[in-house]
Parts: sequence; structure tokens; C-alpha cells
Amino acid sequence: MATGGSVATVALRQQYVPAAKRGPITRLLEDERRLAFCLMLPTMVLLALFIAYPFVNGILLAVTDTRVGVPGHFVGMDNFTKIWSDDIFHVAVWNTCLYTFVTTVFKLALGLWLALLLNRNFRGKAFMRAFILLPFIIPTVLSTFAWKWMFDPTFSVLNWLLFHVGIIRTRINWLGDPTMAMVSVIIVNVWRGVPFYAISLLAGLQTISPELHEAAAIDGARAWSRFRHVTWPLLLPVTLVIVLFSVIQTFADFQLVYVLTGGGPANATQLFATYAYQLGIGTGLLSQGAAISLAIFPILLLVVIVQLIYIRRTETL
Amino acid sequence: MARVAMRGLNKMYDDVHAVIDVNLDIRDQEFVVLVGPSGCGKTTTLRMVAGLESITGGQISIDEKVVNELPPMDRDIAMVFQNYALYPHMSVYDNMAFGLKMRKFEKAEIANRVKEAADILGIQDLLKRKPRQLSGGQRQRVALGRAIVRHPQVFLFDEPLSNLDAKLRVQMRVELKKLHERLGTTAIYVTHDQVEAMTLGDRVVVMRDGRVQQVGDPMDLYNQPANRFVAGFIGSPAMNFAAVRIAAENGSLWAESADLRIKVPAPIAPRLGRYAGMDATLGVRPEDLRIARDGDANDMSFDVAIEVVERLGSEILLDVAAGSTSMVASVEPTVTAKVHEKLRLAINPDRVHFFDNQTEAAI
Repeated sequence: MATGGSVATVALRQQYVPAAKRGPITRLLEDERRLAFCLMLPTMVLLALFIAYPFVNGILLAVTDTRVGVPGHFVGMDNFTKIWSDDIFHVAVWNTCLYTFVTTVFKLALGLWLALLLNRNFRGKAFMRAFILLPFIIPTVLSTFAWKWMFDPTFSVLNWLLFHVGIIRTRINWLGDPTMAMVSVIIVNVWRGVPFYAISLLAGLQTISPELHEAAAIDGARAWSRFRHVTWPLLLPVTLVIVLFSVIQTFADFQLVYVLTGGGPANATQLFATYAYQLGIGTGLLSQGAAISLAIFPILLLVVIVQLIYIRRTETL
Repeated sequence: MARVAMRGLNKMYDDVHAVIDVNLDIRDQEFVVLVGPSGCGKTTTLRMVAGLESITGGQISIDEKVVNELPPMDRDIAMVFQNYALYPHMSVYDNMAFGLKMRKFEKAEIANRVKEAADILGIQDLLKRKPRQLSGGQRQRVALGRAIVRHPQVFLFDEPLSNLDAKLRVQMRVELKKLHERLGTTAIYVTHDQVEAMTLGDRVVVMRDGRVQQVGDPMDLYNQPANRFVAGFIGSPAMNFAAVRIAAENGSLWAESADLRIKVPAPIAPRLGRYAGMDATLGVRPEDLRIARDGDANDMSFDVAIEVVERLGSEILLDVAAGSTSMVASVEPTVTAKVHEKLRLAINPDRVHFFDNQTEAAI
């Protein structure tokens, strides 16, 4: 090639800058592994700063006896043994599980029903689909305040309505009665969560070819059989992912209960997050609050693992 | 097995009249093909027979029973869809068994029927697989299997071969024909492919813009198209058309234009009489054109220039221009014509078609 200095090769050389002439950074990034690292760096920094650092700090906090204004000493697992024998903690665990389970069942059922309705063809379909998202769009704190007024012992519009329709004769003490408080909190959570389910499931439904339903209809399947044998199995993978997200969110729910009942009355609606907040920030027992927060972790981890295994299994159908 | 009758069938979507006054009698054991370009209403017609589309007007009866208000499951039909519509989460066996399960057949009977259908279609080894593990041709067979296990009165096919590659399509076409010979079930088959229509159909229904253009056995459609649309749609390469004026001269009729002048053959001259002095369309199929020999009458031939030569092996297609009129002639493979060559083409006088310019009907 040394003697082949034809015009063509010269032109080529000018077009493709040889490696030696490129800048040092460009040369470094030629290596795919280095390039990948550089591209991921911003995400890694963000994750480390806002997830890993607080998480590790939480762990460090949970094994000390730090209180507000009092730098703590290492106390090992003391905080965990303490909350383990704490009755309120037990109530919070039970409440959180109940709250998560009941709301998830209702959100799934109502969301699926809504999604099936929205999947039909009707006038104003696009508008309805957007409209349904409203509870999801409004900041939870604001909508929960509105609910708080609706549940107000004296001015409850719900009581007024139920009374005038003739369903109840005496006022319902929505937030004052321990059972009703839990019911109220669940109602608001379901109201807020259904749109997410409905829209996500609707997206899932739309990936199912209408031809399958037609084939099933010709095959002799009535509406319920078509749902059971065609729609539901095909929707299952999407459903599981949605439920997974929702369970994680509901399990760690805070703002809704905090605004509505503050965990009361008498801890009837106390959840993990509200109790951790109450102990850690309210009472100033930072280390115990951290311990409670961390106690959610193994439970959620279990839920996530079980569901991911299940999702993988249904996806390989 | 059953007859299917459509009486004054109509379908209106909001402002689209998709199917207009379709009348059709399909005999027992007959294989009828609905063919036409997209949007001609053939699929809508089929879906109304299936019960997947409501009927705006008219009546459909299967085996002498009006089915207008019956849901699909009660019509005793089976349908094969364009995209197969196999249940992706079920095995091949379950796909085929689904219809029988829904109809509460005994387990043993289901197993028998699925096995029988699998044997016919040669898919015995695939029964445990999921649809996504199958090739296009195999999926097609499973879809057929799902239809035949039910032993329905009528098979409905909605472009079942259009997703297969060309070679497989030809193969499946033959198998479908054999299957029909074997089962004898009445079948309605929708396609936009006129070759499929011609090869499969005992009778072919040509549709356009929601209306039936012509019903007949394949060769009738080919030899005596009812109008210009059918003439152009059936046959490949398509019929040649030339705008001509009919002129009476010396007691005979001539079809003439700036590009050609031929004598209207005596047998059809009487029908063309009233068009004397008027415009019409001349139609002639590519294979009814040949290179003129010395002895050929001047009044049945015309000069052309070759623009493209397509050598297909069994024949040669000459794309020619007679002045501003483009035509295709199918000639023997031995012809050694070259591009830009000028030559004279003769028309087979027995196979000339004329069409009314207003109504497009055959004259």
C-alpha cells in the first residue's frame, strides 16, 4: 500500500479520520464497555445519591440509639427487638397487610371492570378514558383533604346523602370509629388507585386481538367463558406487573392515611409508614423510626420475589 | 352440511353502505368464493353470515333457517381467520378442542375428533406445542383443524392464505381443495386473489363497492364477463382495453380509433348495431392476441411497437403500444421478438369483448 498513493486513497483518508488523529476522549470511548459506563454514570449517581445513600444511612441509623439532637451509639439489634415486642408495631403490621390486601382486591376488580367497559366502542370514548384518570392526577394530599371533609363527623356530605336516600338513620362516624376509619381509608385508596389499574389494564386489553374473541364466540363460548378462557389468561402477565407495582406502593402508603386519620383513632389505621413517621419524626426516636421503615423491607422483598417468579412463569406460557 | 341463502342483504355503517342488496344461493356442499378488491364488502358479507356483524337489512338463512338474530355459536358454522386467531396461551390440542369443550362434548369424543382432524391435516406431532412455536403454514393447519373438529354445517374462510408466502399458498390451496372434496362441507371463502378464487371456487362471486357484479363458475366469468370490471379483475395478466368508436361501413361494423381499426366479428355484430356512431370499449385478453402471419386478414390485426418483453418460460408477455393504447400480448415462448421492434398483432375474432362506456356492461 505504501506505493499505492493514488488519488482515491488520499480522498478516503481525508474522509475517515484515522484513529491517531481523533481526540483522546473519542479514542477512550471507542471501547464499548467504557462508553456504556459513561452513559450509565448519570443514572448511577442519581441512584446512589437518592436511593443507596439514604438506604445505607437508614440501616446505620437503625442500629444506633440516635434521637433528635442526641447523636447515638451503636446498640446492635436493640431497636429491632424493641419494635418486635411493641404492640402498636404489631397492629401496624396487621393494618398494613389488611389495607394492602383489601385495597388491592378492590382496585383490581373495579379497575378490570372499568377497563372492560372502556375497551368497548362508544361515543366519547377518548374523553372518558382521560376523565377516568382524574383521581390519579390530582395530588393525593389535596384529594384526601377533600375526602376528609366528606367524612367530617358533622358536615359529612356522604352522611347527608345516605340519610336523605334513606339508607341510614343515624350518622356514620366515618373517621372516629376504629372500623369505619379503616373502611374510610380503604375507600379513598381504592378511589385513588382504580384509575391506574383501569388504564393499565385497558392498555393490556388492547393488545388482545378482537379476532380471538370472535373465534371464541364462534367456538361457542359465552361472554363469561370468553373472559375466563381468553381475556383473563392473556391479560394475566400485565395484571401481575400492575399488582406488583400497586402492592409495593400501597404497602408503603403514607400521605393518604397521614392526612385522613394520622393513624388514629387509637392506632386503628396505623400503617408501617405512619408509625415510622410518628416514632421517628413525631417522637424524635429517629433510630426506632428507621428500624420500622427497614422492617418493611424483608416483607416487600418476599412479595416482589414471589410475584416476579410468577410473572416469569406466565410470560413463558 | 347445508344451503346458505342471502336475500336482499344490506350492511350500513354510519355513512358507508358496505353491502348492497346481495342475493346469493349457496348449494349444499358447494365451495363458493367471494372475490373483489379491498373494501368491496366481501368480508363484511362473510362476517354477517358468521354472526360477527349485525345485518342492516335482508335475511340470511342456513339450512332453511333464518339466522339473522342468532349469535355466532348457534349458527353451526366454523370460521378460519386471516390471522388464524389461535389462542396463544393454549396448546394446539386445546386450541382445536376448545369449541368442543365449550359445547360440552365428552372427553373421549373430543380426543377422537382432534386426533381425526390432526391426522387429516398432518399435525399429529404438533398437538402439545403452543401457537408461537409453529410456522405460518402449521398455524394455518391448526386453524383449519379447529374448524373441522366441530363438523359444522358451513365453513367460512376469511382470506386464510393471505399471510402465507407464495409457494406455501399454492400448496395450501391444493390442500384446501382436497379437504373440501373429502369433507364436502358447504364453504364460503373470501379472497382478493382472483387466482385463488378461480382455482378453489365451484362458483365465484365477484363483488365491487358492496354489490355483486357477477356470479358464475370460474370459466364462465373468464369467458363471458358480465361487465368491464369483472373482465379486468378475472384473469392474469388482465384483459386489454381500448377505447374505440363503432362505425357502420359497407354493411359491416368497425371498431376504430386513431391506433387501430378492426372489423366487428359477424356473430356479435347484431348486438353492437345500436352503438353505431358511438364510443365503446374493446376488450381482448392477452392470450387472444398473437403475432400476425401473412395470410391474416387486415381487418383483424393492427400495428404495434414492443416496449417490454417479459419472458416467463411457458409464455412470453409482450407489452406493446398501438399508438397511445398500451396492451399486453401473451405469445409462444419460441417468439424471438425484441424491444422497440415493430410488428403486427392479430385478434382471435371469436374472443373479442365489447363494453358499454356508460354502464360498463358487456355488449
